[in-house]
Amino acid sequence: MSWTRPVLPWSFALAGAFLVTGLVWGFFFTPDDFRQGSTVKIIYLHVPSALMAINAWIMMLVASLVWVVRRHHVSALAARAAAPVGVVMTLIALFTGGIWGQPMWGTYWAWDPRLTSFLILFLFYLGYIALWEAIEDSDTAADLTAVLCIVGSIFAILSRYAVHFWNQGLHQGSSLSLDAEQNVADVFYYPLLVCIAGFILLFIALVLMRTRTEIRARRIKALQARGRHA
Amino acid sequence: MIALLKRDLALALRAGGGFGLGLAFFLIVVVLVPFGVGPEADILSRIAPGILWVGALLAALLSLDRIFALDFEDGSLALLATSPLPLEAAGMVKAAAHWITTGLPLTLAAPLFGFLLHMQSTAYPYLLISLLIGTPALSMIGTFGAALTVGLRRGGLLLSLLVLPLYVPTLLFGAEAVRRGAAGLDATSALVLQAGITAGCFAILPFATAAVLRINLR
Repeated sequence: MSWTRPVLPWSFALAGAFLVTGLVWGFFFTPDDFRQGSTVKIIYLHVPSALMAINAWIMMLVASLVWVVRRHHVSALAARAAAPVGVVMTLIALFTGGIWGQPMWGTYWAWDPRLTSFLILFLFYLGYIALWEAIEDSDTAADLTAVLCIVGSIFAILSRYAVHFWNQGLHQGSSLSLDAEQNVADVFYYPLLVCIAGFILLFIALVLMRTRTEIRARRIKALQARGRHA
Repeated sequence: MIALLKRDLALALRAGGGFGLGLAFFLIVVVLVPFGVGPEADILSRIAPGILWVGALLAALLSLDRIFALDFEDGSLALLATSPLPLEAAGMVKAAAHWITTGLPLTLAAPLFGFLLHMQSTAYPYLLISLLIGTPALSMIGTFGAALTVGLRRGGLLLSLLVLPLYVPTLLFGAEAVRRGAAGLDATSALVLQAGITAGCFAILPFATAAVLRINLR
């Protein structure tokens, strides 16, 4: 709690600054793509949100592992706090993808491996959140959701590769990978990086804020319980 | 282990509808689909593999919440946890009992239902084999889900929400194998991958099931 109090406003401010810079730069100061026209600009929302949708789940997995191994309460609460943010990121990625897909592929939705994996990821998030909500005792809930998160991760990865077996896709390959020479042409790439940084910062800020809320809620509950016993 | 298996099977049989309920549900799904999509034989034969697999999956889902619920209520689950038999093995036995009462009858009945849906004759062996290797995974995953939700009063709906996404790889490879069989293609790769999923489920999930049960019994 102590170090997050000064960090929180800064992370929100930085996230806002990066997002405004990246989006304004991307939307107004980059040329139209010669084939895709101005629709290419939705990349500045689509790619970062998709990236964060996956990274939020990975963060939940790491936090769950920390909870299982070290039983550090804040990590369980952080995993809980990240889940709704991850859901929203998944939804943003799906919706912006649909809006982008309509002019490019002629359809909002196709049962393409990537799209399908994202839909499955969305279902995993829903199950995870529902389990958190369903259990009253907070330690039991933390334990059970941690196991669900770990097992779910294995199955999410399995599903991701399984859908490739099932259907070949419309979606292009990865837009961002570390070992490629050039991922996206530089004019689009730099504002994209700024947007990604903005999304990462926004995610951190939101998770910090939600975790602080969870910790406070936990404290209030403990105080109320103490009050009842006294 | 065998005593536990026998006990679970006996309980499932005597409680009524152990074998019958899942099968009846499967039949109803198969009967309802032609009402929904129309009676044309060529459409039905195209979608038959998918319908049969989804139907089997839903029928397996139906009886999941009974795997642990009764044992949890009357305390025999706590007894199991303290017995010399490891809880991991108990979870596997529970999954096996669930498979014998739902997965096996579904597998045996599926060709008959495939006949109702005008499935291509080349698909029948693949349907049988894929269900035979796929349904144990459904039971094992379901047992894990049932263990997760055992302490909840109204866990049924949540159980389906948790378990169905985990069923995706099994369903996908199973239905793909049957579809390839129907098209006269070689479906070995799909079957091998599905067998891998099943083996992986049995390697990992008994431990997860036991861990979750211990948490719920705490």
